[in-house]
Amino acid sequence: MSENKRKYTAEDLGVEKVYLESGIEVDPIYTSQSVDDSSANDEIPGEYPFTRGIHSTMYRKRPFTIRQYAGFASPKETNERFLFLINNGQSGLNVAFDLPTQCGLDSDDPRAFGEVGRVGMTVDTLEDFEIAFKNIDLDKITVSLTVNGSAIVAIAMYIALAEKAGYDIGNLRGTAQNDILKEFIGRGTWIFPVDKSVKLVVDTIEYCAKHLPKYSPVSVCGYHIRESGANPIQEMAYAFCIAKAYTDGALSRGIDIDDFASRLSFNFDIYGNLFEQIAKFRGGRRLWAKIIKEEYGAKNDKSCWLRMIAGGGGGGLTKEQPENNIVRSAYYALISALSGTQTMALCSYDEAYTIPTEHSAEISLRTMQIMIHEMGICDTVDPLGGSYYVESLTDRFEKEIKEEMKTVDNWEGIINAVATGKIQESVSKQAYEREMGIQTGNVEKVGVNIFTREEEKKDVQFHPYNQEAANKQIEKLRKIKDSRNNDNVAKCLASIKTDAENDRNLMPSIIAAVKEYSTIGEIVQVLKDVYGEFEEPIFF
Amino acid sequence: MKILLSKPGLDGHDVGVKVLAHGLKDAGFDVVYTGLRKSIETIVNIATENKVDAIGLSILSGTHLILAKRMKTVLDENNMDIPWFVGGNIPLVDVKKLEEIGTSKAFATGTKVEEVVAYFKEM
Repeated sequence: MSENKRKYTAEDLGVEKVYLESGIEVDPIYTSQSVDDSSANDEIPGEYPFTRGIHSTMYRKRPFTIRQYAGFASPKETNERFLFLINNGQSGLNVAFDLPTQCGLDSDDPRAFGEVGRVGMTVDTLEDFEIAFKNIDLDKITVSLTVNGSAIVAIAMYIALAEKAGYDIGNLRGTAQNDILKEFIGRGTWIFPVDKSVKLVVDTIEYCAKHLPKYSPVSVCGYHIRESGANPIQEMAYAFCIAKAYTDGALSRGIDIDDFASRLSFNFDIYGNLFEQIAKFRGGRRLWAKIIKEEYGAKNDKSCWLRMIAGGGGGGLTKEQPENNIVRSAYYALISALSGTQTMALCSYDEAYTIPTEHSAEISLRTMQIMIHEMGICDTVDPLGGSYYVESLTDRFEKEIKEEMKTVDNWEGIINAVATGKIQESVSKQAYEREMGIQTGNVEKVGVNIFTREEEKKDVQFHPYNQEAANKQIEKLRKIKDSRNNDNVAKCLASIKTDAENDRNLMPSIIAAVKEYSTIGEIVQVLKDVYGEFEEPIFF
Repeated sequence: MKILLSKPGLDGHDVGVKVLAHGLKDAGFDVVYTGLRKSIETIVNIATENKVDAIGLSILSGTHLILAKRMKTVLDENNMDIPWFVGGNIPLVDVKKLEEIGTSKAFATGTKVEEVVAYFKEM
């Protein structure tokens, strides 16, 4: 640094200091001197460490994938919707599951009362998958399963479905969310103790690495961690610690880093300060590449890619003056595209209080399409590359995320930090501080605490609950239990128990069990008997 | 005053209930939180064991009417007369229905922490 370096700090210029949500101070002016030492000066998109993007041509060759979420109650309705989407040219399907399925409970379980089919598709047995995917060519589609606690059973069902129908499972493409560690921090559909939960994830990674090389068994979610109160640095740091925990598990089974790292993908949030989010993704992408190459010794460049869906931003949207959310979402989409995302999804502007209408869902879709077709977002790769501010902040984020990961190391690693509630404690405290900030006006939200106006109170709305459909599902389950070979089911469940007790990979025995129409509740119960259940540390 | 905050049903969204727990604690209340996915019976047992003065149910999945009815039944079976509250994602149109079922107060979606604190302070 030259001694006569000009300074442009808030103090020098006599303006108030500004801090990002992550606590980083922002200077009023950045110059070439801000990036003197930055590695960014020599970086090219598509080349390690991929700060500027994982592909050399990015959207110039193909824009990001648009994948909007949707959930349907019954396997039959899901099938109808899938066939409609496929006939309209969509090849990526997304399955949301109801809470009993996500928690590993059958539809006839008393704890499932009132919840069957409420927030997604119900699954009791393989038959439900068979109905949902009837007349669908599994070789031509990719299916995304949004499930975590009971993910190993759902993945086993998808594999069993394909095998029974005569497909070569080696060609199956698709993803499962299957990120149980984030469930302990936010979202909450955990079942088993933390270490056993991670073991199940690693079982799916090991099985897929050996038998389904094109399948992505885990999507690590910083998204839910951020929505639970984490700041952008923590969002990335905790997600990377989680991804490393799964990676360590896979390596301990003797799998080569290059045989599975390229199948790991990430799911991140985009609300908040525009430049902070962009720096978060660029700095995070560089750091992740370095971790995989330098710490794990990956030889394949693809293993180092931070492949991501960056979208949603629900935490930033408001019930007040909801049309403003259309504008917010357009900025979020811009953040996501300027950050080099692979896939994008946006919340509907009315999602904060009601069931999105076809109209509001269309606006989300058009928001992304306008950006692609009218704004020139695809013309050049990483258009902010070289910006003094963005590069300086990117460097800072790489450093800060790394530091935050050390904090987790000091908590004896992510598994321990989650099991003891250390992360939950800090994240929930921040959620409270943020909420108080909004309620007192320290955190400014347009239409909420500034520029408010009298407006009609909008009521929240839910899909009406369909008890009749739930009854039909329960009746269907009863019929399957009567017609299946119950001796075989008992034998299969006993093998799962033996495998669990002997710490073997459970995928083969669970696949065998679901083929005999064992229920998700029966399988999860066997595992609960062996592993016990997670006892939640209470922190607030 | 000691308040039990709880998460009945299968819904795992606990950001709101923890924010409220912080808020009540900061306002000087004694707060006990059950953690996720507790049955109504378990919640009532925890309330008895901890000798709380009020029970709050946080529900975001839309099952509030079903769970409130269950709450009423279990409290009646145990001959318990204790104020209980429902919050979370609660439509305005259901506030009256919940109060008819027997909840002392239902806090609709969007209720501020300070409003809940003020309510308990007046109790």
